[in-house]
Amino acid sequence: MFDLDKWNEIYATVKKHKLRTFLTAFGVFWGIFMLIVLLGAGRGFQNGVEESFDVAKNAVFVWSRRTSEPYKGLKVGRRVQFTNDDVKAIRNEIPEVDVIAPRNGLGGGFSVNYKTKSSSFEVNGEYPDFLKVRPAEVIAGRFINMLDIEQKRKVAVIGERVQEVLFEEGEKPIGKYIRIRGISFKVVGISRGKGDSEDIKEAAETIIICNTALQQAFNQVNKVGFFAFTPKEGIPAVVIEDKIKALLAKRHSIAPTDKKALGSANVEKEYARVQGLFFIIGAFSWFVSIGTIIAGAVGVSNIMLVIVRERTKEIGIRKALGATPWSIISLILQESIVITALSGYFGLLAGTALMEFINSMGVKGNFFANPEVDMTIAVSALATLIVTGTFAGFIPARKAARVNPVEALSDE
Amino acid sequence: MITLKQVHKYYSVGKNKLHVLKGLDVDIQEGELVSIMGSSGSGKSTMLNILGILDDYDEGEYHLNNTLIQNLSAKKAAYYRNRFLGFVFQSFNLLSFKTAQENVALPLYYQKVGRRKRNKLAMEYLEMVGLSDRADHTPSELSGGQKQRVALARALISQPKVILADEPTGALDTQTTQEVMDIFKEVHRKGITVVIVTHENEIAEQTDRVIRLRDGIIESDKVKQEELTVKE
Ligand SMILES: Nc1ncnc2c1ncn2[C@@H]1O[C@H](COP(=O)(O)OP(=O)(O)O)[C@@H](O)[C@H]1O
Ligand SMILES: [Mg+2]
Repeated sequence: MFDLDKWNEIYATVKKHKLRTFLTAFGVFWGIFMLIVLLGAGRGFQNGVEESFDVAKNAVFVWSRRTSEPYKGLKVGRRVQFTNDDVKAIRNEIPEVDVIAPRNGLGGGFSVNYKTKSSSFEVNGEYPDFLKVRPAEVIAGRFINMLDIEQKRKVAVIGERVQEVLFEEGEKPIGKYIRIRGISFKVVGISRGKGDSEDIKEAAETIIICNTALQQAFNQVNKVGFFAFTPKEGIPAVVIEDKIKALLAKRHSIAPTDKKALGSANVEKEYARVQGLFFIIGAFSWFVSIGTIIAGAVGVSNIMLVIVRERTKEIGIRKALGATPWSIISLILQESIVITALSGYFGLLAGTALMEFINSMGVKGNFFANPEVDMTIAVSALATLIVTGTFAGFIPARKAARVNPVEALSDE
Repeated sequence: MITLKQVHKYYSVGKNKLHVLKGLDVDIQEGELVSIMGSSGSGKSTMLNILGILDDYDEGEYHLNNTLIQNLSAKKAAYYRNRFLGFVFQSFNLLSFKTAQENVALPLYYQKVGRRKRNKLAMEYLEMVGLSDRADHTPSELSGGQKQRVALARALISQPKVILADEPTGALDTQTTQEVMDIFKEVHRKGITVVIVTHENEIAEQTDRVIRLRDGIIESDKVKQEELTVKE
């Protein structure tokens, strides 16, 4: 089908109708360009938002507040306090839970010192599984491990900002002892947070210490301030969220109707909502672009109709010489597909180039990162093109095949 | 080679039916050189278009090379036109954006002959009509007579059994008319059946047989024996 003669003919007709071909081709070009840019930008938006999730996408957090209803003889406004036994109870009674990461914070004003330097930082007592809920990069040394937890070792993992403030430039913090509220902790690692810039800044100013050591050293024995969980694979986060809250309510004598005593957050729910938004953005991009492409294809179809009309005599001659209907159809169809495909291809190139340019400029905000054109987009766009090109050429091609040679060759 | 039996053709003009061919009976043997004459509107072109499978007829039978030509698919019709028939028109009908050589080669393209072979054969046929030096010219760079000779080369390249020509010299002066006519006679000598529609007596006189049409009816059908022998 794609032999040299047809290429010659396409070239000849395009050359004869330069402006008209250009204008119609531009419609298709613009459609594909828009598709690539819109989808690429949508993807960039999505990447940005996804990167800003600094926690596991199925994490559930549970914390305690004061009761809002009297229950079993207990008064309203009682402070609920989680304990180490809650960890065991959840582990035993709710098999759907994968990670249980209890956390204790260090409240009140205090300073952290090293040698002569001193400043205040956020200090949290964590378990090793903390990393599974809130991923961080350990850039030097190690993180808290189970041995630390069992032996209640006074070890700390510091953020980069903490290092900067407390240590001289070039001084290695690993192995050094820092004092937190007057108690010495050995620095065993340096960590760097993930997520958006806000999250990273916060992590850099945080000191993570062994949870059990915090409980012992700062008078929080058998107290847990806050829980983070993830469900086992395949189990929705909301299942464990509900079960854990019900169990904790029972264990702490909270009225089943008391909605205020336990607070919780479910990342999966948030994430699903964001995903839904992206799906709508993607669908909208396709809708707009396909509309434009169709408009472009209608333009191509029109120009092909004009070309067929102008070439009626030629088609009549070809038929008299023995051209089959298919050879006439493919002549017109091929021209249409070539115009659409070529202009669409340039749209693809231009769109991709723009995305690459934006990428190379390093445009990155809280909600925008790495706009990209992936293979799926490119292949779908290409398929859309060939389909529209074929459709655009079909009506004119059929008209061409039906040309009556006698009428086409009559001299008036 | 060509047999028409009671062929009728109607054209619908608005609501009316125009009876253009009113029962033609013609039998043309292989290798004959026939001219069809008649006044304007008598149905000559219509008859030729039917013979050329460019148009269909409404009643009767048409056999070409012993094959009944009736209700052919577009593909079949294209095949017969390509393999058995060669056309020459009054207005040449060359493709304006193609060179003489490309025009001549075109029927072979529809026979799926390779490009190189096509061009080589086209050159040979151009040489036969004395135009090998104009191979790269487009039709606009050729005179009327030259155009018609290119058209003849194009009609002949597929080695058809029948050449159909509709007033091939209608647009030419006396000088070039004779040049083109000489080629027709040359073709005839090679054994190809030639049917020429004309209203010029000088042309008809040079053919073996003259069929006269009048209002869609065959008025006379004369074989000119003596002239034939004189020429040969
Ligand atoms: N497509 C057509 N539609 C209607 N009438 C036609 C058509 N083609 C030819 N005719 C009529 O048929 C008659 C014969 O035409 P034609 O075969 O072209 O005559 P000739 O070639 O002998 O001059 C004429 O009266 C002409 O007007
Ligand atoms: Mg006529």
